[in-house]
Amino acid sequence: MTSSTGNKRVKGEVQIWLSGMGLAIGCLMVGALLALILWRGLHVFWPQEVLHFKIAEGEQTVEVFGQVKDRGASGVRDENDEFIPQISLFTGHREVFGISYRTVREPLVLESRVAQGVMVADRVSGGAGMFLPSHLVPAEGDEIKADDPAFVDELRKLVRQGNRLRRQIRQIERIEIGRVNDRIQAEERHLRAARRAGAENLEEIRAEVERNIESLNEDFARLAAQAGEKRQELELARIHFRLGDGSEHEHAVSNITRFHYPNQLSLGGKLAEFGRGLWAFLSQEPRDSNREGGVFPAIFGTFVMTILLAVMVTPFGVIAAIYLREYAKQGPLVRTVRICVNNLAGVPSIVFGVFGLGFFVYGVGGFIDGGARHPWPSPLWVAAVVGFFAVLTAAVLMGLRLSPAPGKPPAGKLLGAIGGGLWVLAAVLLLGVVAKNPYFGGFFAADLPTPTFGTGGILWASLTLALMTLPVVIVATEESLAAVPRGVREAALACGASKWQTIQRIVLPGAAPGIMTGVILAMARGAGEVAPLMITGVVKMAPSLPIDGEFPFIHAERKFMHLGFHIFDLGFQSPDAEAAKPMVFATTLLLITLVVVMNLSAILIRNHLRRKYAASSF
Amino acid sequence: MTTSQPEATPTPNSAVGHDPAFIEVERFSFWYGAAQALFDISLEFPERRITAFIGPSGCGKSTLLRNLNRMNDLIDGVRHEGDIRLDGTSLYDPAVEVISLRKRVGMVFQKYNPFPKSIYENIVFPLRVAGRGSRSELDETVERSLRGAALWDEVKDKLHESAYSLSGGQQQRLCIARAIANRPQILLMDEPCAALDPVATLKIEELMMELRKEYTIVIVTHNMQQAGRCSDHTAFFYLGRLIEYAPTLQLFESPAKEQTEAYISGRFS
Repeated sequence: MTSSTGNKRVKGEVQIWLSGMGLAIGCLMVGALLALILWRGLHVFWPQEVLHFKIAEGEQTVEVFGQVKDRGASGVRDENDEFIPQISLFTGHREVFGISYRTVREPLVLESRVAQGVMVADRVSGGAGMFLPSHLVPAEGDEIKADDPAFVDELRKLVRQGNRLRRQIRQIERIEIGRVNDRIQAEERHLRAARRAGAENLEEIRAEVERNIESLNEDFARLAAQAGEKRQELELARIHFRLGDGSEHEHAVSNITRFHYPNQLSLGGKLAEFGRGLWAFLSQEPRDSNREGGVFPAIFGTFVMTILLAVMVTPFGVIAAIYLREYAKQGPLVRTVRICVNNLAGVPSIVFGVFGLGFFVYGVGGFIDGGARHPWPSPLWVAAVVGFFAVLTAAVLMGLRLSPAPGKPPAGKLLGAIGGGLWVLAAVLLLGVVAKNPYFGGFFAADLPTPTFGTGGILWASLTLALMTLPVVIVATEESLAAVPRGVREAALACGASKWQTIQRIVLPGAAPGIMTGVILAMARGAGEVAPLMITGVVKMAPSLPIDGEFPFIHAERKFMHLGFHIFDLGFQSPDAEAAKPMVFATTLLLITLVVVMNLSAILIRNHLRRKYAASSF
Repeated sequence: MTTSQPEATPTPNSAVGHDPAFIEVERFSFWYGAAQALFDISLEFPERRITAFIGPSGCGKSTLLRNLNRMNDLIDGVRHEGDIRLDGTSLYDPAVEVISLRKRVGMVFQKYNPFPKSIYENIVFPLRVAGRGSRSELDETVERSLRGAALWDEVKDKLHESAYSLSGGQQQRLCIARAIANRPQILLMDEPCAALDPVATLKIEELMMELRKEYTIVIVTHNMQQAGRCSDHTAFFYLGRLIEYAPTLQLFESPAKEQTEAYISGRFS
């Protein structure tokens, strides 16, 4: 007891340890999650050894080629409560086995050895293939045995040819036939519009439309025949192969899109194959109900949606925050608004989805398609138009009168309330005038009952998410506006700048990095969201991208694919869930990568801004 | 520079009131909400002279200064009585626009506050917000203002670098250059040297003596030596009241009021 603090611990040290431990656990969990996703996601593309298995199945022995995807992770208990580990075996060949995975109790595996000469093929139908090739039958010429040195080159040539043919067929079926279909629809729309308008020469129009459609149908038949020919061509060259049990099978060479011999690959070859697999995943469209192929449309859809979301949420959020922070008189009303905005951030996203469906899709979309469902009668509408302009004029005059003249006390509270009320009334009237217009019949009325904008689409999905992420942007912008030092504001005002000039030239540039932070957070939240998208425009398989070479290039009304929904669809809606599992990991990895890349670019922009306006202290 | 030595005080050449009064403050009272900050103040400042406001913290000197360009209008719930006239017109005349008033009255703040922009853009900011932007005019203004603020030689080669690359004293002189870019008639300085070291302070004081030839300067300072060194007239405020207003030499050497004497001799602060 010589000194009062002697060997005692300094108070509060335990709390430091605790908080450090909390952080460490958090970091560990996030790191483990990322590592798992990274490992499982990239592992999918690594060419794995194929083994020849002999498995006891009852009295018989089954022989298959397979890749071990999971060993000992799962298992069952037998009647003696003894644990029997299971292995998860990927065998491919759905067309033969029905499923491409099988789960086997490890003791039942009698023998497994590396299968020499096995080829792993990425196929259009039936999932991946694992087989011993026996011979090729080209369209013309002699068959080529698998042990012929020319076999691999010839096969590669034929596979390439098949890929090219499939691209051509796609071009014909999707683009050219699509164009003919569009024109047929346009003709039909023309006829419907004429009928609706009660045209006098309806018969003439009908005759002309029918003539046009007939000639278009001929085009269609010609294109369809072309595609059919190419399809037949696809079937000409055949490949014969044997499975693990020695059974002989054959199918068209064109069924194979890519192939490799995993057991003979060097490390370099494996890396190259890994790269090819990854690239195919990134660049191709999904096939075979999304189980095979790539996810390019989903990447693109996610990207476009997130960009649209950022473009829409930023101006709204920034404008709202500027008004709240800079102009609005701080009082109970503004506080209430702020609390409401913050609470909006806590509303479940599916609620926003339902709102988006009801308001944007059915309300606004339906209006764009077919005009007002219950328009006001003309006299009422005209009265509303007149009323709107009258109220608007009154509100502007009031505003001019209300802005405090130099040296005079600002207008009273009552007058202020009346002025605000006039603006609200004007806004309501404007809404009514637009939404209840009896003279507006919709832009796509001729297509009805097929909706154009009145159904889910990328525009509505982005708008819904923009609404959902609005609070994030508002809060971040408000914070960064408040962080702009008072000194520079006063300096700007003292230089003779008006309030708006101060905000525009000094405050906003200073707050820009903070605003960017808000947009980054909004993008990150929006890009990973799935629930509201499922009802506002995301589909399992979209026939075309939201942006393409067809006029008008940006098709905001189109449905789209999304990585988040893709994960849900693969993992939980797929009949062959085990086969889809690797794809789930790969897609998850991709979604995270996409979000990280978009955030990184936004952060780079922010850092650039920060350097430019070096004063900011965010 | 006429005054390189601190004690070489410029002599106020006449008693208050002999010069034409340029700024007149008449029975001016001011409230922040319910709290009264200024009590019935009457003052006249002559043209092209330096007037210093001294007094302990919270005595209202900054409040009065910030009323001269109506910066206090920005605060909610303020109210005033009485009048301030600039060159004969009331600041509160309905015909006077605050923005054009602030173009006539430049202001330099206690903490140097250049904009997060280049040196060049800082100085042309008052012109840009006034909508004047011809290249030659801007260039000419930058050089004139920087020369006026004795900063030209130090920064002429890096006009397009960030203003934050300058030292504190340079930044404050940049703020002075910005304040005189629009050729105001009056320059208000709110403790311009409070955040600066003695060398930079000396430079600013020398600069004030130069600026005095062209501008009417009002300076708020806590530094009695500074008031003594460079002002022509000094006003002493205490608790929102004007206690004494006289030519600087007279106020410092033979103060009429006991409170003034107590303050300048350091018996309270």
